[in-house]
Amino acid sequence: MRKKCTAKAGRLSRHIPRIIFGCVAALTIVLLVGLFALLLKNGLQAVRAIGVGALLGADWNPVSYVTPSWGMSALLLGTLMVAGLAMLFAVPMGLLTAISLSELMPPKLREFLKPMVELIAGLPSVVLGILGLIYVAPLVATMFGLSNGLNALTAGLLVSIAVLPSIASLCEDAIGEVPRALRDASLALGATKWRTIVKIVIPTAKSGIAAAIMLGLGRAIGETVIVLMVAGNSLALPQSLFDPVRPVTANIAIEIKEVVFGSLHWSSLFLGGLILFLLTFAINGITDFFIHRSKHV
Amino acid sequence: MKKILAASALFFLTACTASVMQKTNEPVTIQGSDTEVQLVSNLAEAFQATDADADLTVTGGGSAVGIAALINGEANLANSSRQMKPEELQQAKDKGLNVQEFILARDGLSVIVHPESAIASLSMDQLKGLYDGTITNWNDVGGPDAEVVLYGRQSTSGTFGFFRDAVVKADYDATMRQMEGTQAIVDAVKSDKNGIGYAGVGYVKDKQADVKVLPIASGGDPVSSLDKEAVLSGRYPIARAIYQYLPNPPVKDSTLEKFLRFEASPEGIAIIEATGFYPTGVDDQTKNQLFFDSIR
Repeated sequence: MRKKCTAKAGRLSRHIPRIIFGCVAALTIVLLVGLFALLLKNGLQAVRAIGVGALLGADWNPVSYVTPSWGMSALLLGTLMVAGLAMLFAVPMGLLTAISLSELMPPKLREFLKPMVELIAGLPSVVLGILGLIYVAPLVATMFGLSNGLNALTAGLLVSIAVLPSIASLCEDAIGEVPRALRDASLALGATKWRTIVKIVIPTAKSGIAAAIMLGLGRAIGETVIVLMVAGNSLALPQSLFDPVRPVTANIAIEIKEVVFGSLHWSSLFLGGLILFLLTFAINGITDFFIHRSKHV
Repeated sequence: MKKILAASALFFLTACTASVMQKTNEPVTIQGSDTEVQLVSNLAEAFQATDADADLTVTGGGSAVGIAALINGEANLANSSRQMKPEELQQAKDKGLNVQEFILARDGLSVIVHPESAIASLSMDQLKGLYDGTITNWNDVGGPDAEVVLYGRQSTSGTFGFFRDAVVKADYDATMRQMEGTQAIVDAVKSDKNGIGYAGVGYVKDKQADVKVLPIASGGDPVSSLDKEAVLSGRYPIARAIYQYLPNPPVKDSTLEKFLRFEASPEGIAIIEATGFYPTGVDDQTKNQLFFDSIR
């Protein structure tokens, strides 16, 4: 009699955790799909009303004195310039930081420095923006002989600082997971430490490093507060790195407060969000594809 | 242990509720113009010193944000440095609101440049040319050979709209840097030798060391926005009234009505002048008096 009861109770309690975890996972997926559906619905509304040709123009002026224009090229170019610059600075530095942390430093020093690097990640974007306004922008202005340092270059530098800790930390984890045996085998065969790192360790940690870069890129494309404060905020098509830019994220943050719910201006801002989402999604997808291909070779 | 925790939690909860319940008046939410935010904050602070039960919250965001909040029912009072547009008044009417206008103060919208700029004054035509992009080099208006760097506000700003309608009468040049607030424009022009910007006079009245305020000429001699008589009489070409809007006529003896009367009182006017703006003129005060008389 007793055995039967406990067997029944055992079966049920075994299933409950699975159900709970299943629900939570399903909720995450529902949230993601729902968010995408919202962006898609409102974004397509804007595309249908404005037309793809007008959207590719370089003039964003929804509240124009004369006729509204909806060209997003200047905004998109701003996003690409800032994110591109940020990754250009952050990826090499992050990778080198990770290599030196895991390969070249004595363990005691690594125990101390790794948390320090991760501490930088805790710095709020607003603080980076303020530091940019007070220190970096005037520095950039004097270094390059500009009258004013609020431009794509300054924004790129600051976003790279924001992105650097996560890239460095994830790369360091990926490199740390490369089996010791692999390194020892390479050294035993006569390779130098540096050659081992470049030819054996990095290629083995490739998918982890790519994941770190994708995460950093997502953050760089979506960074709003820093670009709002230091990117210069001008709607003209940028001609160089020293021109002020208004990335899509800053544009949404500025204009969303004054739009009427459901209006064309409102759905055009959602279109901006949709484009960013698809951009990150596409880059992640392409990177994943290349990693899987090389894994199966 | 659990009992002590429960007891102390209950104690703190009652204490919090008790302190909230002390302010028995309904809170007044004031939102909108960045030009007016410091001024109205000063007025609200002084008002709360006279009336301890009053609960006023002042936030900025821009005139368009304040007006949108008013129409959406999120604000009791909207600060606006421009008049409400006919479309906005219609939207409010469609929502069943009876929007009331109150003239807060007078402003001489000031044109500012770097203190070391060689420019001494500008005409309205030159100002228009600079901001609509037809004049791109300072040597076309008597300055050095350098590219003009334009600073302005964003489209959420009433000052953006007012300056565009009164001076530029066209779209702003696309290279204009759209700063998030008046203080940001002042800070940017302070450090940019080739910069030009516009700001409410309250932000630049006592800042002669930081920025140079340019006198503007409209068919005659250049007139400065720092000249109180010129602004109040209208000789200064870009003078304007700055407003506050209510969704409906206020209830008699409510905190909101008392606050508006305080703003129009001699004490309020003293604070307006101390903040750097100008007091309402005789016509403005007549209009405000008609508004007060209509409150039942």
